Amino acid sequence: MHLLEGEGVSRNFGGLVAVAGVDFYVDQGEILGLIGPNGAGKTTLFNLISAALPPSAGTISYEGSPITGLPPYKICRLGIARTFQTVKIFAHLPTVRNVMVGSLFGTGSRSSATEALRIADEELEFVELSSLRDVPAGDLTLASQKRLEVARALATQPKLLLLDEIMAGLTRNEVEEAMDLIARIRARGITVVMIEHVMHAIMGICDRIIVLDFGVKIAEGTPAEVAADKKVIEVYLGEEI
Amino acid sequence: MIAFRDIFITGLLLGGIFALVSVGLTLQYGVARVLNVAHGEFIMVGAFMTFWLLGSANLNPLLSVAITGPVAFIMGFILHKTLFRRLMDTSPSLDIFEGKSLLASFGLLYVVQNLARIIWGSDVEGYNFLNSTVTAAQIPLNRLVALAFVVVLGGAFYFFLARTRLGKAIRASAQSPTTAELMGVDIRNVLAICFGLGLGLAAIAGSLLSTLFAIQTSIGLGYTVIAMVVVVMGGLGSITGAMIGGIILGLVSSTVTFFHPSLTMIAYYVIFIVLLLARPKGIMGK
Amino acid sequence: MKAIQMTRDKSVTLGLLIVAFLILALLPQFTSGYLVTLLIDILKFAVLTVAWVVFSGPTGYMSLATAAFYGLGFYIAAVFSGTVPFPLLIMLAGASAFVVALGVGALTLRLRGVYFAIFTFALVLLVQNVVLEVERVVTQTRGRFVETVSTEGVYYAILIVFFLTILAAMLIRRSRYGLALQSIGEYEEAAAHSGINVVWTKVLTFATSAVFMGMAGAIIATRRTYIDPYIAFNLNTSFLPVLMAMFGGMGNLVGPVLGAALFTYIGEILLTRFPDLYMLIFGVVLIVSILFMPNGVLGLAQGVWRKMRGGGHAPS
Ligand SMILES: Nc1ncnc2c1ncn2[C@@H]1O[C@H](COP(=O)(O)OP(=O)(O)O)[C@@H](O)[C@H]1O
Ligand SMILES: [Mg+2]
Repeated sequence: MHLLEGEGVSRNFGGLVAVAGVDFYVDQGEILGLIGPNGAGKTTLFNLISAALPPSAGTISYEGSPITGLPPYKICRLGIARTFQTVKIFAHLPTVRNVMVGSLFGTGSRSSATEALRIADEELEFVELSSLRDVPAGDLTLASQKRLEVARALATQPKLLLLDEIMAGLTRNEVEEAMDLIARIRARGITVVMIEHVMHAIMGICDRIIVLDFGVKIAEGTPAEVAADKKVIEVYLGEEI
Repeated sequence: MIAFRDIFITGLLLGGIFALVSVGLTLQYGVARVLNVAHGEFIMVGAFMTFWLLGSANLNPLLSVAITGPVAFIMGFILHKTLFRRLMDTSPSLDIFEGKSLLASFGLLYVVQNLARIIWGSDVEGYNFLNSTVTAAQIPLNRLVALAFVVVLGGAFYFFLARTRLGKAIRASAQSPTTAELMGVDIRNVLAICFGLGLGLAAIAGSLLSTLFAIQTSIGLGYTVIAMVVVVMGGLGSITGAMIGGIILGLVSSTVTFFHPSLTMIAYYVIFIVLLLARPKGIMGK
Repeated sequence: MKAIQMTRDKSVTLGLLIVAFLILALLPQFTSGYLVTLLIDILKFAVLTVAWVVFSGPTGYMSLATAAFYGLGFYIAAVFSGTVPFPLLIMLAGASAFVVALGVGALTLRLRGVYFAIFTFALVLLVQNVVLEVERVVTQTRGRFVETVSTEGVYYAILIVFFLTILAAMLIRRSRYGLALQSIGEYEEAAAHSGINVVWTKVLTFATSAVFMGMAGAIIATRRTYIDPYIAFNLNTSFLPVLMAMFGGMGNLVGPVLGAALFTYIGEILLTRFPDLYMLIFGVVLIVSILFMPNGVLGLAQGVWRKMRGGGHAPS
């Protein structure tokens, strides 16, 4: 049984088909890359999995049971956490309170405030933001805000983590750090799906890659297979994979 | 049959007036970001100025719009340049500005309504204007004349928005202030002009309404609500939406009033609430 | 260390509250009727303002529905006064407001920003018109009579409700719901994806705040012998608490209470000095105080944060 599985997942916006009948699965423990040009429907697919949007058609199952139709907070409590392409932090709350929201509400079991605070501090430590724990989140740099989102997601104790372009806009060094962070997340036994444009990062850490173009899955396989795929090369013509 | 035709003509006329009122409100909110709950007070002011001009200078009520409109425009322009401009400059975010300007406009409602009460008293006033009926048709002449007037005014305003440079600037600002700025529009003046135009349209609508109904210094709020219904119906900030919405609501109004006058207000609210819940972005919204 | 600090803070606040309560409770024994009457008014607005802040403060949803729940309290009082003891009447009003607010909240709290403000604004007028029409058809009158309660009775009732409101506001602020509400105000979508049941949290808090508005309505209704829909569902009741909260600031609960006290007092002076010009001057005061009020107190309790740190951070 796959950890997460989608069948014929589709989503239209008016006449626009953002995601067109995509079948996919995610297995326990792997890092799955989701790539494709801008507007390919990657973020929309995340939105469908996390129930930010209802699908127009298709079903998504998690640990064998369908989750389509559940509200976002239930999806989160079931163990699917996410970050956002454009960061969505609680800008006026201290960093640690941001993370505490995750550990207090997102875990699926009721935890005390003390316990939630402890977890929040642990996760801040994990993403190396402890020194900024009392700073309003809005004052952090973009790179730190992206890490904060990861910490908040991790604080919900997910089995599956959806990362939407956490490396976009980061410097070379910061990208290296983010890659290291993802490796450490996997080491904790958390399954990761990541959308990314930074190709060397994707190719370097993913076990498997799905390529979307105009809402359609055009390729799927190991990084080497995908990099050699003719359709993928066409889509990324001129870009170095 | 005749009843039906009366309802229709009255509805169209009311609809035209509502459209003016609502375009006014949508200009204020859509462009200047002021949800002006005192909007209806300027309808009342327009109506009373017309009434007063008729009494003191024997000025034809329809012609009085040439005075009431500009006077209200100037009031609006100044109000924006002083009050709302300052609020805008001191608000850290758009949300806070919207909240503050809503409250400020509530204060304005008090000021305008009570000044009017001091000047004009709180009695019901009215006058006869062209009440002779067109033969056989049984439609009071004032309705037909006012209807023609509204059509001309609405057309002129539409032309202004569609063709003139300022009109284009206003539409651009309603779409997106940043784009407008890129087009070289001086946004500060446009905001004040829109606020002024909003009040000007309200006052003109008030002048026309005074030819149809009795007036009182407390009528403002009811019209504010109507304008809000229409504006939500058409989509906040949409000028075309406000025009179409105004006409629809006018027809609804005359129909409900014909069958059950005391339910008119309630009908507005029911439409409003259902619409807001079903299509918060308006009938024209995506 | 931090935990100790917290508990000390808590007991200090609680101690101050008890002292304030005792002073206010003993006051009628020592002072004139006028002061008690004024205090009733102040406490009423303090209840409405604090109750408003409970929901709208952290979430940033600007509710103008206060008058609807307050007016509901009026009508509960009018319908049941004389048949039900005063305390029960108050509780009944609170319960009704809770139920109605649950319904209204469930329907409307998916509206964002100005749409929610417009809806709640219209709601008050809708209820006013519906009650008018129902009375016209059913009872064929416009108003109703309410059995009055002694001034002291009203004073103690509103005093108790005031402390209940403060207590509830403090509990909510300090509990997990406080954090949930704040995060909803900051970024609703992120809150939902972090495991917060956004709809339920909003609706429940909205309804809780309505309880106190309804109770205040039932209490104050007994100050009048006659009520009608215009008196009960008056837009002032919706706008004034917002203004008082903005005026006092929403960083803590002292602000709204202070704002309510000051504004009520100013209104009272105006009313006695210039009965004819009262409303006009009040409008001017309203505008002037919005103009010269400190920045950024509307919407978010975090406005205080923002000011301390300088500059806002609009989430992208
Ligand atoms: N909420 C929305 N409303 C309308 N169109 C949308 C919405 N979200 C995404 N789209 C459209 O769907 C397509 C896919 O977008 P997205 O999933 O964000 O792409 P990607 O993340 O792969 O860059 C784009 O054409 C985008 O404009
Ligand atoms: Mg994307």
